[in-house]
Order: sequence, then structure tokens, then C-alpha cells
Amino acid sequence: MSSKKWVYPLSAVVLGSSLMLSACGNAETAKTETKPEAAQPAQPAASNATAPAATNAPDLQASIDNYQKWVIEQTDLLVKATEEFTNAVKAGDMEKAKQLYAPARAYYEKIEPIAESLGDFDPWIDAREGDVPDNEWRGYHKLEKALWETKSVADQGPVADQLLQDVKQLRVKVESVEIDVKMLVTGAVELLNEVSTSKVTGEEERYSRTDMYDFAANVEGANEIFKVLKSSVEAKDAALATEIETRFKALDDEIAPHRKGDGYVLYNEIKEDQVKKLSQALDALAEPLSKMGTIVGG
Amino acid sequence: MDTKRLEDIANKKMTRRDALKLAGVGGIGLLVGAGGMGAIMQPKSTPTNTATSTGTGAVNGIVPFYGKHQSGIITPMQDFICMGAFDLTATDIADVRKLFQSWTAASARMTEGKGVGDESDNPHLPPEDTGESIGLDPMRMTITFGLGASFFDNRFGLSSKRPAPLVDMPHFNSDDIRKEWEGGDIVVQVCANDPQVAFHAIRNLARIARGKAVLRWVQDGFQRTNASDPAGSTPRNLMGFKDGSNNPKVSDPAVADEIVWAQSSDDPSWMAGGSYMVMRRIRMRIEIWDRSSLDDQESTFGRHRQSGAPLGKTGEFDDLELHRKDSDGNLIVPSTSHVALANMEGKVKILRRGYSYSSGMDPKTGQLDAGLLFVCFNRDPRKQFIPMQQKLAAADQLNEYITHVGSGLFACLPGASEGGYIGDTLF
Repeated sequence: MSSKKWVYPLSAVVLGSSLMLSACGNAETAKTETKPEAAQPAQPAASNATAPAATNAPDLQASIDNYQKWVIEQTDLLVKATEEFTNAVKAGDMEKAKQLYAPARAYYEKIEPIAESLGDFDPWIDAREGDVPDNEWRGYHKLEKALWETKSVADQGPVADQLLQDVKQLRVKVESVEIDVKMLVTGAVELLNEVSTSKVTGEEERYSRTDMYDFAANVEGANEIFKVLKSSVEAKDAALATEIETRFKALDDEIAPHRKGDGYVLYNEIKEDQVKKLSQALDALAEPLSKMGTIVGG
Repeated sequence: MDTKRLEDIANKKMTRRDALKLAGVGGIGLLVGAGGMGAIMQPKSTPTNTATSTGTGAVNGIVPFYGKHQSGIITPMQDFICMGAFDLTATDIADVRKLFQSWTAASARMTEGKGVGDESDNPHLPPEDTGESIGLDPMRMTITFGLGASFFDNRFGLSSKRPAPLVDMPHFNSDDIRKEWEGGDIVVQVCANDPQVAFHAIRNLARIARGKAVLRWVQDGFQRTNASDPAGSTPRNLMGFKDGSNNPKVSDPAVADEIVWAQSSDDPSWMAGGSYMVMRRIRMRIEIWDRSSLDDQESTFGRHRQSGAPLGKTGEFDDLELHRKDSDGNLIVPSTSHVALANMEGKVKILRRGYSYSSGMDPKTGQLDAGLLFVCFNRDPRKQFIPMQQKLAAADQLNEYITHVGSGLFACLPGASEGGYIGDTLF
């Protein structure tokens, strides 16, 4: 993940997709302005969550509870997959670790906005090299570099242990996370913005080139949120719900050719014009998705 | 002028250079001849549009979006352009219709200096308009829509409606057209006297299009501004020459009907009141041009650089008199000069409306990536632009200094009346 995401207030992230055409200036500004706050990731989300319009309607509350169950399931799977992965690292089984790496991470990518709202998990688990000071760097991407770039995991035992400990702690926290509609609305778009800013460009998995796993997982996470909110969106704006559904389908059609076995092709095997199509299908989805806020007050 | 040398050049095999000027293809500006055009373009009810000495109206005023013709065609040129081509991702003509309805409504608002829609008071939604033009004047913005040949393929059941003049652009000598700068289902030309106002429009139209159409290419361009040349003399291209001295005087409706507007007697009738736009992205070999002697430069264009006068004359608007010879019997204006070729014996004219562009540096060579975003309008490109460009591509001395790297031909739809939408004569 980009370091930017820890410093963007969630609401700013929502705007991100509509700025994509031209907003380098804005993005730079946001980055610079907020850099010093890198250690307080969830602050803006928390303040949003306390805004008055946050009370959930009863039927919506049931959907949100279901979503939370799904998040917990995904986190359970994350813990299990991370354990297998870190065991392989610690056993020095490079090949096995490489195979397990991308599918294990994908569980995290699906629930990323929730993880981000819970403290420093994102920098701990998902920082890329250079996102944090070198002496604080840990998590999946540190092991990615060891596996694919330096090609030695001999000294990575403590990193593996720490990663497993971090995801286990995340699992504990998601149990009690308080999710409201606004968090979901912004979270869904944020997931797609994640894809726009780092996955589409192939910057996320710079050594393993497994970006497409993250791409698909972020989209799946956004779709899961949409499913939760769908009936509310339909009640307020049926055409919007239909449009979002159509665009999810269109994006999935662009992703489909890149599936391979249980996983995805390496990102450097995807041609430039295909990347452009993925990016455009993503923008086409994120635009109406960003209008889901219509169900929250106003 | 060293006419002996001019003759030598003329007798060599067709070097390429000389094009940009005159009524020719590759020409940069059109401003001159625009004087007086303001009068017919002024909206009756827009007080800001008092004509100035340049005839272009108040620089910050409104050019009405609705009308018999689309604006941005015979409208006097604004200072900046932002032009984009789109490819449709929609597969249903109903979605295309919706897109043009939304675009029409948004364009009408934006040309009046408003945002694309009324803002919602729901703070949980992204703003309706992107906001960078808040508080800015309309700046005479025009938004002009055209359809490319690919719009009429088999996707929307409109292939039988493809206008005959909307041909596939032929390959011209020494064309180096890049895929990424070619064609498009739809073109949108935004012109305004402020680059931020122009950008705002193309950005919001692209945003509205999401899910229905995607950008194919975007190019912005400029010319000298009204602020730096309030008198509105003929603008200079990036080669330093005045460009557009011979543009037709489309302020005369008869001239515009003859040269620019598709007529109801032309086929197809749904294009009546529309026009055909040619876009050529013409890269200038600026570094090479800059080390050419003044003699070379002037014989390339066929005009004097400082005054813009035809070679051997003193006034910019003096008659070309292409048959003038010096005492040795050599043509004073070389037959392969841009002005001589583009003149087409005075029989073929187009309305040029191009802008300079500067797109930074070519990373491969370290040279400037700059040139001319050539735009012209004509009633039938088969009889106007194409024969003219064929002649220029074959012989123009200017070709030595330029490369055509982008190309598009678009059927610019007739104007829409309030309540209608751009394209409503077709779909």
C-alpha cells in the first residue's frame, strides 16, 4: 500500500477517484500536508464516525452485522493463511512461501479499510519499502523482498513472527470494531482508490508482481460492502444501484482474462492496453460507487 | 531575397517545409478575418459581449451554447483549447443518447460559467462539479462535439447513416500517424480565454462519461492571448511566422455556407448546419527550424517573417500575386512554398482554427515536443481539406520541418436548440 493512504482522511480518499484525471497537484499537496501525521491513521475516520447522521436504521444494522461477520471470517482466513506462509518462511522453504504469499495477503486486501480504522495495522502489515523508515519496516512486503529480491529468508524469522502476531492482534480487534454506514460508503470507494493508485500502476507488488491478486481482492472487498448497502441504495436511487451492479460486472469481465488456475497472472504479463482497460473500468465503477453517500442523510 | 537560391531549392526534389501558413493545411491561426464575426456571434442578451476592436467580444463573456450551429466553429478564436477524443464503451444507443443529453445540459451550464449541476447539500456525497472554475467568468468558452467514422460502425445500428464526406482519412506522404493520437468515436473541442476554464469543461465531461465512454487522447493548446495583443493581429505559430492571414471571412454568412456549413441539400440531411472538423497533431522540428537561415525560413513560407507580407511585398494582406517574377525570370514566391501551394489557385478554402501546443520534452531525444494542433472546418473534406493536404504533403517545403503525428476527421453535429440535445438530428 502507499503510505498516502495512512495519511488521507477517508473523505479525501473518496474524492481521489474523481481527481484522477488531473490531480497530481492535489495529491502531492495532500501527501505533503499530512505526512507528519503518518502515525495516526484512523483519526479522520473516527471523527467521521462520531458525526450525528451515523445512526443505523434497524434493517441496515442487520446487514452491517452480517458484513462484520464476513470481516471476521476473512480475518480468520488471514490468520490461518499467514501462519502457513510464515511457517514456510521460517522453515526456509522459499518455493512454498512464494506460492502462499499472494493468496494469504489477499484476505487482508479485502478488509483493508476496516484494518486501517483500527490503528497502525496497515503500516505494520502492508507497508512497502520506503513507506516507513527502514528500521520500522516490517510485514508482508519485507518478506516479499526477501523472497523475490534478496532471495534469502535466513534472517527473516523475527519478521515472520511479528507479522503473524500482528494479524492475530488484528483478528482480536475486528471482533469489536464499530462499523457504521459512512465507514462503509467511504471504505468501498477507498478500496477502489487503492487499486487506482497502486495496483493499476503495478507498484504494489514490486518484487513478486502479484498485484493482480490485490487488485481482485480490493474489488471483492468493495463488492461485499455494496451488497450490504444495496437495498438501502435501491430504496433511495434504484438506477444508481443498477448502475453500480452493471459496472461491477463490467470490471469483473476485464479481470476475468487474467485469472489463471486459482490465482492470477503476473502483472508484468498484462499488456499496456489491458491495464488501461482495467483502469478505465475501475474508474467507471468508482464514480457511481462514490454516490452511495446518498443513503447517508443529506 | 536571394532568388537564385530560391530557384535552386524549388528545383530540388520536393523538400518539405513551408506549410503552416496561408489558407493552407497545417496553418496555425485564423484570427484575422475574424474581425466583425463577433457581431453575428453575439448573443442578443449578453451584455458582456460588446465587440472590441478585434471583433472577438469581451474576453470574459458568454458565447451561447444553443443555436442553429454549434459554437466554436465560426466563433472567433479564443486563447486556449483543450481537445479530447472519446471512445464509447456503452453498447446501447440509448446510453449514447443519455450521454449526449447529459453532455448537452452540462455544456450549456458550463459555457454560462456555472457548474455542471446544482450542488447537493449532502456532505457525504462527492461534489457534483469538480469546482476549479468556481467564481471564474465564462471566458467565451465554447464546447463543440463531433463524431468520428468509428461511431458509425456496427455497434449502434447507425452504419447506414455514415455521412459520405466522413471518409477514412487517406494516408498522406510522409505521415507518421501514431495510434495514440488518431481517431476516436467522439471529439470534444473546448476553447476558452482561460486554460483552467477549458480544462474544467473537458474534465467534467470525462467524468460524466464514466461508464459510457473513455478518453482516447487529450491535447491542449494555446496562442498568444488577448492580453498580450489587444489589437488582435494575426497570431504567430511556433516557427515565428504569422499564420492565418488568408483565412476565409466567415463573418459573411454566404462565405460560411459555402466553405464551412453542411447544407440541407448536401447528403445527409441530418448534418445540415454541421461541419466537418479535421484534427492534425503536427510536430514541429523546432531545433532544426531554429538553425535555418532567415532566407530559408521565408522561402519556406513564401512570406516575410516580420511583416507577414508575401515575398517581395510590404503588407501582410497584399495580394499574393504568385506569378510575379524577378529580373532573372524566377518566381519571387517559390512554387513549393507553403503559401503558394496552400493557395490552391484560390479555388479551395478551409476555415483553420488551430492552436500551438507544447507537450514538454520528447524523452527519447531531449528535444521539445511542440507544434501545431491543426484544426480546420470544412463543408466537405473530400473537396477541401484532403486535396489541399495531398498537394502540401507532396511538395511543401515546410514538410522538412514538420511531421504529422496525429489525425482525426469528425462530423461536427448541427447545433441544438434549448430542450434538445447535440446529436438529436441523428439519434
